[in-house]
Amino acid sequence: MSATSTAEPAFVAKTKAGRFTDFVDSRVGGSGILREFGRKVFPDHWSFMFGEVALYSFVILLLSGTFLTFFFDPSMAETHYDGSYTPLKGVEMSVAYSSSLNISFDIRGGLFMRQVHHWAALLFVASVAVHMLRVFFTGAFRRPREMNWVVGSVLLILAMAAGFTGYSLPDDLLSGNGLRIIDGVIKSIPVIGTYISFFLFGGEFPGTAIISRLYTLHILLVPAMILLMIVLHLFMVVIHKHTQYPGPGRNDNNVVGYPLGPVYAAKAGGFFFIVFGVLALMAAFFTINPIWNYGPYDPSPVSAGTQPDWYIGFVDGALRLMPGNPFGWHVEQVWFGHVFTFNVLLPALVPAGILFTVMFTYPWIERWVTKDDREHHVLDRPRNAPTRTAIGVAGFVWYCVMWAAAGSDLIATHFHVSLNDVTYWLRALFFIGPIIGFIVTKRVALALQRKDREIALHGRETGRIVRLPHGEFIEVHAPLDEYKRYKLVGFESPQVIPAQPNEHGVVTRKEKRRAFLSRWFFEDRVAPATPAELEAAHGHGHEAVEAAEGSKSLTH
Amino acid sequence: MGNHSDGSPNHSGTVATAGQNEVEKFQDPGIPPHRLRLADTDPKAAKRAERQVALLFGISVVGTLIFLVAYFAIDLGNDSSIATIRLQNALLGIGTAFAMLGIGTGIVHWAKALMPDHEVSEERHAIRYEEDRQAAVRIVDDIVEETGIKRRPLIRNTLLGAVALAPLPAVAIFGDLGPRPDDKLAHTMWAPQDGKLKRLTRDPDGTPIKASDVTIGSAFHVIPEGLNELQEGKLNEKAKSVVLLMRLDPSSLHPSKGREQWGYNGIVAYSKICTHVGCPVALYEQQTHHLLCPCHQSTFDLTQECKVIFGPASRPLPQLPIAVDDEGYLVATSDFHEPVGPSYWERDEHERNINS
Repeated sequence: MSATSTAEPAFVAKTKAGRFTDFVDSRVGGSGILREFGRKVFPDHWSFMFGEVALYSFVILLLSGTFLTFFFDPSMAETHYDGSYTPLKGVEMSVAYSSSLNISFDIRGGLFMRQVHHWAALLFVASVAVHMLRVFFTGAFRRPREMNWVVGSVLLILAMAAGFTGYSLPDDLLSGNGLRIIDGVIKSIPVIGTYISFFLFGGEFPGTAIISRLYTLHILLVPAMILLMIVLHLFMVVIHKHTQYPGPGRNDNNVVGYPLGPVYAAKAGGFFFIVFGVLALMAAFFTINPIWNYGPYDPSPVSAGTQPDWYIGFVDGALRLMPGNPFGWHVEQVWFGHVFTFNVLLPALVPAGILFTVMFTYPWIERWVTKDDREHHVLDRPRNAPTRTAIGVAGFVWYCVMWAAAGSDLIATHFHVSLNDVTYWLRALFFIGPIIGFIVTKRVALALQRKDREIALHGRETGRIVRLPHGEFIEVHAPLDEYKRYKLVGFESPQVIPAQPNEHGVVTRKEKRRAFLSRWFFEDRVAPATPAELEAAHGHGHEAVEAAEGSKSLTH
Repeated sequence: MGNHSDGSPNHSGTVATAGQNEVEKFQDPGIPPHRLRLADTDPKAAKRAERQVALLFGISVVGTLIFLVAYFAIDLGNDSSIATIRLQNALLGIGTAFAMLGIGTGIVHWAKALMPDHEVSEERHAIRYEEDRQAAVRIVDDIVEETGIKRRPLIRNTLLGAVALAPLPAVAIFGDLGPRPDDKLAHTMWAPQDGKLKRLTRDPDGTPIKASDVTIGSAFHVIPEGLNELQEGKLNEKAKSVVLLMRLDPSSLHPSKGREQWGYNGIVAYSKICTHVGCPVALYEQQTHHLLCPCHQSTFDLTQECKVIFGPASRPLPQLPIAVDDEGYLVATSDFHEPVGPSYWERDEHERNINS
């Protein structure tokens, strides 16, 4: 972009770094980029770090994963183990399992790398999920960021796919049982299920092809797609600039924070090393996936208390919760001579399907209900969007019930309760939990909003009790300074938009539905405090006390 | 929706009854004044912070050294013990953690304590400009016009047809990922071979089981005779043919019509592969005669021919008909009378074929 300006010989850089930068710049024109990004402003908040954790975990996954590929052999050919782990010496197993054992026991640092890789994978999915919760609860998915929300949702699915394909690679007993379950779920798919199973496994389960096929997906296809999505994701962050929390000096037309260079870059860059360091500590002290304890895959044995990696848990839990013969009625049905395995199909597909469908479409649902098509760059505090927050918590509770169900046997043995009772309770919570979550969250959010109004209008409680001349005792409330008050009152509070006729003067059924939802969203909203209300609040006779506070008091 | 639009208790005397746009709002006071840090005002504090940062970087160097020492000084040898591995893993981890955390915390401390911490405000720019949009629309229109695709529908339609069909080979080429299922899932190794009945043998060593070895209350994990000698597809066959063998008091069994001869003296054999999604039903509760699948807790009642009494499975476990041969060993008199394991689309058809 600045190629023509190199004709001017006048500029000579003073430092070595400057000369080097000039060398590069005069050949590729980097000064434009530096000018754009060097001082780009980024808002700062602890909750913005989850996305960074996800990105850094992914980088660590690439680094540690590359190391592992140098030693791992994804073959399912049979071999007899002759490595240095004594208890398994001479045992018949696949080459994949044997090479995983060799990585753990015969390659220096190999176990460490395996541990870092597995912990980083768990952290990667977790941080993506928590990052999405942050984005949801603060309303950061609103225009113009709806597409980036979709890219993020795709990333969540890809992260789970990467995790699951990698989890199966060592071909140990635990992951083999995981594949067995996947095979059972695939076979329940109507019409094509049996064929998909045979094509995926290269014949009957377990066959000799699945590990090398998953390996190709795990080290090539899935990470490439994740990388592509991350590039898109960050590209859009640059276009949109980051959102910011509400507060004094912040509005939809500006972005308040620290410049990229040096402060923000230093903090974010330093944070990469911190994430790496924490993962290294976990890898050093907390064993994850000790495959040598499980033994090679064999379709006959299984250990009690088997658990998938955490992110698959909610599907496994849903499988457990589904009754196969509720009230004596067989959920599996034979219709027209074919088997409909609803006891597997429904729990495997429906809850995950609902969660992901709502997740992908939520920005458009809310935009339709609120008729709000403006750009939003200032976030909502979760309490200031009570219905959205309640919806999010309801979904989260629903997810957690299913997730807990994946550990129903461990809950039963750990707390010495009946396994059947745990399942019955979780089945009930599956339906009631989200409703309770919704109601409680909405009430809490509204209560917090009223508390905010109270503090904004009457100041904060100081704990100091004062006796007035006529004998009355009151607690002194210290008024807030205008910056703190603005944080409590400076938010948008959408209102119910009643059904409106279209251009033909007709109120359509869809519009009525929208109006119904709008009422459901906003009918019991709490409006932010206004200056007039503050004025009125001061008329209650607090002046005497506040005046005694001296300089802290505000004048009107 | 005016009257309760403020949502606060009625007696609070609030006034926000009109639409919110008409209500006066608080003025934005702007970014709060910058507060100086200790290191900004006190050169001593700044010097102290500087030394702290340097110390953290120094700790990182120590961490790197720990890693290198642990890597080279600890010899795994030929049969490394778990303790050595554990020690090396811990030291490599500590080394890496110190090396990384030293750099990370050092940089962050440097940024927070010593670099300028003035919050600045930057204007956001429009994501697109109307001028650009119009120019882009013009360009697209021109491009479409120059291709002439609107004026020549023949070209457009044949192109659409060709492009729609072109991916088919890309799908078809995956046809050899696996063989056709046919009725492979319907048969197991238990089918008698050349008129010879298969013996029930112990998993994993493959020794045959005498009926007299099976005492009341005992349970055996069973594989078919000859499984261990298979050269190919051993796991595939094992995944279908593993069986649980148990002996109960014959009076507690209630065989249904046609199954009276499937057991021997209270000894019964059932498929170990769960009818839910295929985990091994490996837990046998001797007292209650229940079989429990550890994956999803489907529970089967042995006294009711392994009917599902709890959990997500919907079908009973298939029973393997057994008898005793001349030498007193247990044998399977036939294959299972239905496909074992999880349900699949063609399962019912296969079951009908087996029994016809």
